[in-house]
Amino acid sequence: MIEIENLSKSFTLHNQGGATIPVMAGAHLSVAPGECVALTGASGAGKSTLMRMIWGNYLAASGSIRVGGLDITRAAPREIIALRRDTLGYVSQFLRVVPRVPTLRVVAEPLLSLGTPEAQAEARAAELLAQLNIPERLWSLSPTTFSGGEQQRVNIARGFVHGYPALLLDEPTASLDATNREVVLRLIEDAKARGAAIVGIFHDEAARARVCDREVDVTGFTPAAARGAA
Amino acid sequence: MRDFKDTALLQVEGLTKRYGARIGCADVSFDLWPGEVLGIVGESGSGKSTLLSCLAGHLTPDHGRVLYQGRDTLAMNEPERRVLGRTDWAFVHQNPRDGLRMGVSAGGNVGERLMAVGARNYGAIREAATDWLARVEIDAGRIDDRPRQFSGGMQQRLQIARNLVTGPKLVFMDEPTGGLDVSVQARLLDLLRGLVRDMGLSVILVTHDLAVARLLADRLMVMQGGHVIEHGLTDQVLDDPQAPYTQLLVSSVLQV
Amino acid sequence: MTDHAYNFAYLDEATKRMIRRAILKGIAVPGYQVPFASREMPMPYGWGTGGVQVTAACLTPEDTLKVIDQGADDTTNAVSIRKFFERTGGVETTTHTSEASVIQTRHRIPEEPLREGQILVYQVPIPEPLRFLEPRESETRKMHALEEYGLMHVKLYEDIARHGEISTSYAYPVNVEGRYVMDPSPIPKFDNPKLGGNPAIQLFGAGREQRIYALPPFTEVVSLDFEDHPFQASKADHDCDLCGCATSYLDEVITDDRGGRMFVCSDTDFCESRRSAGHRGRLSPEEMA
Repeated sequence: MIEIENLSKSFTLHNQGGATIPVMAGAHLSVAPGECVALTGASGAGKSTLMRMIWGNYLAASGSIRVGGLDITRAAPREIIALRRDTLGYVSQFLRVVPRVPTLRVVAEPLLSLGTPEAQAEARAAELLAQLNIPERLWSLSPTTFSGGEQQRVNIARGFVHGYPALLLDEPTASLDATNREVVLRLIEDAKARGAAIVGIFHDEAARARVCDREVDVTGFTPAAARGAA
Repeated sequence: MRDFKDTALLQVEGLTKRYGARIGCADVSFDLWPGEVLGIVGESGSGKSTLLSCLAGHLTPDHGRVLYQGRDTLAMNEPERRVLGRTDWAFVHQNPRDGLRMGVSAGGNVGERLMAVGARNYGAIREAATDWLARVEIDAGRIDDRPRQFSGGMQQRLQIARNLVTGPKLVFMDEPTGGLDVSVQARLLDLLRGLVRDMGLSVILVTHDLAVARLLADRLMVMQGGHVIEHGLTDQVLDDPQAPYTQLLVSSVLQV
Repeated sequence: MTDHAYNFAYLDEATKRMIRRAILKGIAVPGYQVPFASREMPMPYGWGTGGVQVTAACLTPEDTLKVIDQGADDTTNAVSIRKFFERTGGVETTTHTSEASVIQTRHRIPEEPLREGQILVYQVPIPEPLRFLEPRESETRKMHALEEYGLMHVKLYEDIARHGEISTSYAYPVNVEGRYVMDPSPIPKFDNPKLGGNPAIQLFGAGREQRIYALPPFTEVVSLDFEDHPFQASKADHDCDLCGCATSYLDEVITDDRGGRMFVCSDTDFCESRRSAGHRGRLSPEEMA
């Protein structure tokens, strides 16, 4: 479902003397449907960078990233938008929403953009919010005013509201209490069971051990490691 | 539902406009697809407003083509272009006063485009106006008030209703949230996002506000000195900008 | 009586030719406002300078002229214009609609149906029907050229929204031959139905605004309206108190300080003709006596 080949990435900082910083080289990764792969490595090793490249948020310098057959590195913006709508979900650590939009609406939005009727989309959103123990009185409020843990759960609900065939999870259990952590792990297990290919970053080792089939250490994708291997 | 079809709604090829020796916009090309929101960002004088005016037919470019559903809008005669301007196209001005008739009631403002395309049933026009006022969150009781009695945010929402009442396919927006308070902006952004999604609108949005661009636009074009210097998925352009100017632009903005 | 210091009908022949060209163009393009080089006339703007120039351009020595002001032959304005052409043209004048070959009017169409060969000349203060909502002349011309008349209905919409009905009661806009929207001058909308299909030539002159437009005989003229608020030619719900006519357009006349009032035909010639034919109204002097 997710196929990464010989991927490299560098940042050119034009406003700092044009310095070019290579951050990744020769990355390979393959994730099958129903499989969950954890990205590991020290902070700054490039876990988030790789996730963002799969999401299409960072441009690749070379190599390819195929998600559901579409090569992200060569796709037109509208193809990536369509991919994000239908195929690829992303639970980031940060909730970025239009202020004032009610939580229920924020969570239902991915379904609405797929053309799901409003009532059906909101029913599904309500189901997830209830599962994640967001009190119903908060559903009509904007999540921008919520605590960090609540925002994180809203983000998760939004990421799981549609059954994406591929999912990117960035620290999905961080800042959650035991009860909600358990809910999220079940959601991940359910997603795997229906055949979703998942790439995740989990600092929570027990969670990683429970839901992940494999670990891939991104330290191996740093330019230095690539030079060593060659 | 936003349905990406196989043909572009708008195809722009080599659009160039000069003001004497000065460049307004130079060699701009892009395709806009049904249901897509294209943001054009850049500082004042970057050429984004000139480009928008050329696209909307308010200015005549020196070179280039603007194909709407395959028809060259620059080769159209003026009547055809004006018909397009009140049916398939709409234009939302930064200043509501430029887009509203200030001496005409809110209902009359919304109804004008309907009447312009031949609506002759008062009851039906009024019903459509009432419905649209509700959609832009203006109380139905204000239907007979004139826009000058409205707040800036309400005026802008009224301008949007007036433009969308005939169900256009392509909307040009020039800094639609400019000059509004931040809280009012948020409400307008939310409204616009919903309308874009529900009506499957294609939008060309000119803004200098990167936060507005991030929330509304699918794609971004960054302009500098009349040229498009970067073009891509909105979050990619903002989070991994490639051109020196874009990096400067993004880093100059307070994080939102 | 003719004052020979002036050319026939006051204007020089070159000017009349210029005006006739404008009139002919107006007749060729019904409802279209033709610009013309309006001359200074020996009367103030607003007193019919446009109408007088059109009349002067149409008159021949054989013509018989009638002049009415809101239906009346005997008001200062009507009398002055009649005298003006008696003196500068030596033409016959009349107060009888049927006897006149040229009728200059301010704000009315005579009750008595016009016939082929007659010319009705209207005095027009503001010829542009779109001016109410669009002050730019460049834009209104473009709107006429491109038949963009939605704005006219916005005006009617505003009427209904504010008053519950189309409250425009005079200068009610019309569409001519399915093409140009035209201001019929401030005639009461009661007169609008007489604009269309009329056997006479109708000419409109706006002196200050320098525009001439025309309706050739038997032109199709439709008053603008909404399907659910159709045009209605309204008048005061009374009979004429002098001649008893139930179908003519009436003026309300205050008769004393105690609320006394009467309704009389605005068309004085029409009313007098009926009375001489023996028709009587509620307050006819003969009956009061």
